[in-house]
Formats: sequence, structure tokens, C-alpha cells
Amino acid sequence: MTMKKIQDKYITYGMVVIAYVLCEILMRTGIMSSHIKGLLVPMCYYAIVAVGLNLCVGILGELSLGHAGFMCVGAYTSALFSFAMEDVIPTVPRFIMALIIGVAFSTLFGFLIGIPVLRLKGDYLAIVTLAFGEIIKNIFNAVYLGIDDAGLHISLKDMSSMGMDPSGKILINGAQGITGTPSDANFTIAAFLLLASLFVVQNLINSRDGRAIMAIRDNRIAAESNGINITKYKMFAFTISAAIAGTAGVLFSHNISTLTATSQYFGYNASILILVYVVLGGIGNIRGSVIAAVILYLLPELLRGLSDYRMLIYSIVLIVMMLFNWAPKAREFREKHFAFLNKRKEAR
Amino acid sequence: MATMLDAKNLSISFGGLRAVDDFTIKIEEGELYGLIGPNGAGKTTVFNLLTGVYKPDEGRIILGGKDITRLDPVHKNKSGIARTFQNIRLYSKLSVIDNVKVGLHNQFHYSTLAGILHTPSYRKVEKEIDERARDLLSVFKMEQHADVLASNLPYGEQRKLEIARAMATEPKLLLLDEPAAGMNPNETKELMETISFIREKFGMTILLIEHDMKLVSGICEKLTVLNFGRMLAEGGTKEVLGNPEVIKAYLGDD
Ligand SMILES: Nc1ncnc2c1ncn2[C@@H]1O[C@H](COP(=O)(O)OP(=O)(O)OP(=O)(O)O)[C@@H](O)[C@H]1O
Ligand SMILES: [Mg+2]
Repeated sequence: MTMKKIQDKYITYGMVVIAYVLCEILMRTGIMSSHIKGLLVPMCYYAIVAVGLNLCVGILGELSLGHAGFMCVGAYTSALFSFAMEDVIPTVPRFIMALIIGVAFSTLFGFLIGIPVLRLKGDYLAIVTLAFGEIIKNIFNAVYLGIDDAGLHISLKDMSSMGMDPSGKILINGAQGITGTPSDANFTIAAFLLLASLFVVQNLINSRDGRAIMAIRDNRIAAESNGINITKYKMFAFTISAAIAGTAGVLFSHNISTLTATSQYFGYNASILILVYVVLGGIGNIRGSVIAAVILYLLPELLRGLSDYRMLIYSIVLIVMMLFNWAPKAREFREKHFAFLNKRKEAR
Repeated sequence: MATMLDAKNLSISFGGLRAVDDFTIKIEEGELYGLIGPNGAGKTTVFNLLTGVYKPDEGRIILGGKDITRLDPVHKNKSGIARTFQNIRLYSKLSVIDNVKVGLHNQFHYSTLAGILHTPSYRKVEKEIDERARDLLSVFKMEQHADVLASNLPYGEQRKLEIARAMATEPKLLLLDEPAAGMNPNETKELMETISFIREKFGMTILLIEHDMKLVSGICEKLTVLNFGRMLAEGGTKEVLGNPEVIKAYLGDD
């Protein structure tokens, strides 16, 4: 690993830490409005899921439109645990366990869905991941789950068909989701998990496994001739990518009190929104994903006051970002004058 | 001298076309062997059979005494065959040195977790990988390009990088598919020297496909000529190139 790559990595961490400290100062001094305070955790989980998706799209080179689905798995499984254990386990160990559970289940789903999906190529892969994402969301929308003295009850029809004792506790109430989840997440945890995701992805890229993954992306046939196990590394990258999306999901569900599997947050349009962050931040550019997610998430929220011009300004920003990241002239300019913003050339 | 490659009666058809028909070749350890023939004769298809890209309809491939006929490309490489491609296949978005490091994938190991945590064992092994990759690049006089994107290299250098990457997998048998294609006479001359050098330095057994007759007659000891998927002639370079049938089929219309 060259000096440049090492520095590059720390610039990303530094950026996140500085942004975190600034936000904390603004919060503590009371300058930050409560509206903006409420945006900080979502900003982090969108950055996390964008980093995860970039591992899949930019590093592995496979277009996934199902990452909101993996986020949904992480959100539901962890929230279910936290909700069920609310009065049993103290907050800190409960959240850590919920995080582990959410990540574990999204990893499992990533693995299971990866098996059929990674046999496909290009558009086909994108369409099938989109379908799986929708299936996951719809299943969570349809499921009823409750617990009473007799144990767990589950139904995909309605509440009464669960056959649960009235004294029991309803865990998932169909489309109404989980009500009364403990809001254990906060900005500090969210920023930490963003750093952790960046740590995993950036270190992975600079390792033997990461090179193998990028080799498959750049030329599958050559990678095979170099003795690289294609299936293994595709599965690996896809699964890690799903796990990171699941991490974002855990933050999502522990930042609100009612979790529902709405298409706004977990449907294909959410997957596409995340993809927009990745594409505009630069495919394969991990730091770019964080920057794009933060700007593009905050902007429409901050512009709420300018209701009429909001979408206009938002679309102008989209176009400017696109030009900044992708136009050849802009790239040259950026490489000269914004060296600190440059992504690793190798990852492009 | 032991036999390195012993391929017998290889055949494959694509639809109605018998692209390779009853192809047999025997290469001794340390030999530099040439495979020639007009366009579409089936030379690249022979490479694809030897490296497992295609499975032969018939025939056997024995490498260093082991039957590797049915192995896939990954395991063919692991058992000792490396190749370059006629239409260059580099990892275009990786740097030159990272291309070589991908070739070193199975030569150096640390766990995935060590790779993600960047543990001391990761640092130690990565340092060894870096040194080995730079050594290999210096064999090809490319160390000054180490950090350049592979796709930004001049054409001739890209071909050399493919050879370096193949060598990184530590093969017993190196297959070169038209290594001099698109090179100017100077580059070709330099390439010939490099091929002779790696052959001596690493005791490498090499099978190469080439259109450049000067290159073939200059460095190959033995030749096999393919025409329409069939073997037209085989043997010492001089006698094969003097064979009237070969001259008629191949050299005549060159
Ligand atoms: N996958 C394939 N499917 C169908 N036909 C194929 C396939 N691969 C090769 N062929 C055909 O097999 C024949 C031999 O092709 P091959 O590429 O081996 O020739 P070659 O000797 O390498 O020629 P050149 O000198 O042009 O590289 C050609 O007619 C080609 O069209
Ligand atoms: Mg060919």
C-alpha cells in the first residue's frame, strides 16, 4: 500500500470526525434547531447504506436495486429484538445485541439472495435484486407476530388468526409494523457506525480480497485465469454490502418509535435514492458516497422553507454534482485544485 | 528432460464448426514452443481448451504428469498454467502494480479479517507482496509505471504487463497469445529479449502463438502449424518453416 492510499483513507475519517465535532458543538451551544438535530441520524444511516451499496456497485461492479430491502431486514429484526427485550435488558447491552442481530440477519439475507442473484449479469441482476427488495418489504408488511405465555404466534393473514392470548404482547402488527420501539440510537452512535462502515470498506479495498473483487469487476475472464474464485468473492462482497445496509437499518429503526415497512423508506424508490447518492458521489468513490448522501439528504430538508423553489434548487444541485464528478474537464480541474477530494484512482 | 505438457487428441466444435480437430502437442520442460497458423485456424481456441475456458469434446490434457482435462480455469491456473490474451484483458481501473498483485493472489495469504483490520500480519504479508510485485515489474522494466492506471499504459507496455501478471501466478507453463501484436519492431525486439530472459531466469516452459515470423523463427525451438482446426505440421522450427505445405497454407499468403 502506498503512502497516498493511506493518507486518502484518513482524509475520509477526518472529514467525518470534523463534521461530527462541528455538529456536536452546534448542538451543545443550542445554535442548531431541533429540526436539523432530527436529521443527523438519518444523514448518517443514508451515508452508511450508500457506502455499502458502493461496495456492491462500484467495487464489485454489480448494480443492486434491492439495498433498501437489506436495510429493512436489519431494521425489523433488530427492532423486534429491542422491542421484545425492552423491559428485560438494559439499554446499552440491548442496543449492542440488537445491532448484532440486525447485521447478522441482513448478512444472512444478503448471502441467501446472493446465491441466485449473482448468477445473473447487469440489468437482469438489477431487476431481480429490485424484486427481492420488494418481496422483503411486502413480507414485513404482511406479517403479524405476537408472544404470550404459550410462546410465539405468527400469521400472514390478520391479528385474530394468530390465536394469541389477549394478555400477550403484539410484536409486529401487520402493516402497522412495530409500535413503541425504544429509540436507542443517537448521533454519536450513528457517526461511530459510519466510521466503522468506512473502516471495513476502505480497508477491504486495500487488501488481497479487495483486489480480487476489483479484478473480477474489471475483467472476469482474466481474474479466473489468475486463479481467483469468482463466485466466492462475488458472494463475499455482496454479503458484506448487505450487512452494511443492515447496519443502516438498525440505526433507522432505533431512531423512531414506530417502524413500518413503507415503500418510502424500504421500497425500490428508496433503493434508487441510495443509488443516486452512489452515482453522484462517484461510482467506486467511497468518500464521495458519504459526501453525496449528506448533501442530497440534507438539502431538500433544509430547503423546506423555500417550498416553491425547493425542487428547482435540488435538481440544479444534482446536475452540478453530476458535472463535477463525471465531466472530463471538471475531473481535470478537480484533480488539480481539489486534490484532497480525489478518490483513489485505482478504485475508479 | 521431463514432459511438461502432454495434450492428446483435443477436439471441440461450435455448432457445426469443428474449431479444433484432433490436436496433439507435447512440450518438454523448459522448451519454447510456437503455435502458428492463418487467421481463424483455431490457435486461440487451443489456448482456451488448455486453460479450461472451454471443455474439450474429446481428448486429454496432462500437465506435469497430472490429468487436468476437466479442471475449470481457476484450478487450471492453480495447477500451473498461466496465459495472456490476444485481445488484452487487464484490470483497467487498477494500477499497474495492483494488476501484478492480483496475479500474486494465491502466492501470499492472510485471513479476510486480517485484511479488514489491517493487522500486523496483513502489513507484513502486504510488504512481501509489494516487494515481489516490484521485482516482477523490474524484470519487465516497468517499475517506473507501478502506480499508473493499467488502461493508461501504451499498448506495448500493456502486453508486457499481461505477461508479468501471468508470471506472478508462478506457472509451470506460460501461454502467450500473440504477445507482439500491435508492437513496433523495436518493441518486438525488446519483447523477444524479455521472453528469452524469463525463460532462462525462471526456467519457464512457454507456448506462444505468433504471427510475426521473425519472432517465431528467432526464439522458438519447435513449432506446430494449425490450419482450419487441423494440424498441418509439427517439429523443429527450421524444418517446419521449410515444409512446402506450410509455405503454401500460411506463409504464402502472408
Ligand atoms: N466461442 C465460440 N463460438 C463459436 N465459434 C468460435 C468460438 N471461439 C472460436 N470460434 C471459431 O473458431 C475458429 C477458430 O478461432 P480462433 O480464435 O481459435 O482462431 P485463431 O487461430 O486464434 O485466429 P486469429 O489468428 O485470428 O487469432 C474461428 O472460426 C472462430 O470463429
Ligand atoms: Mg487468436
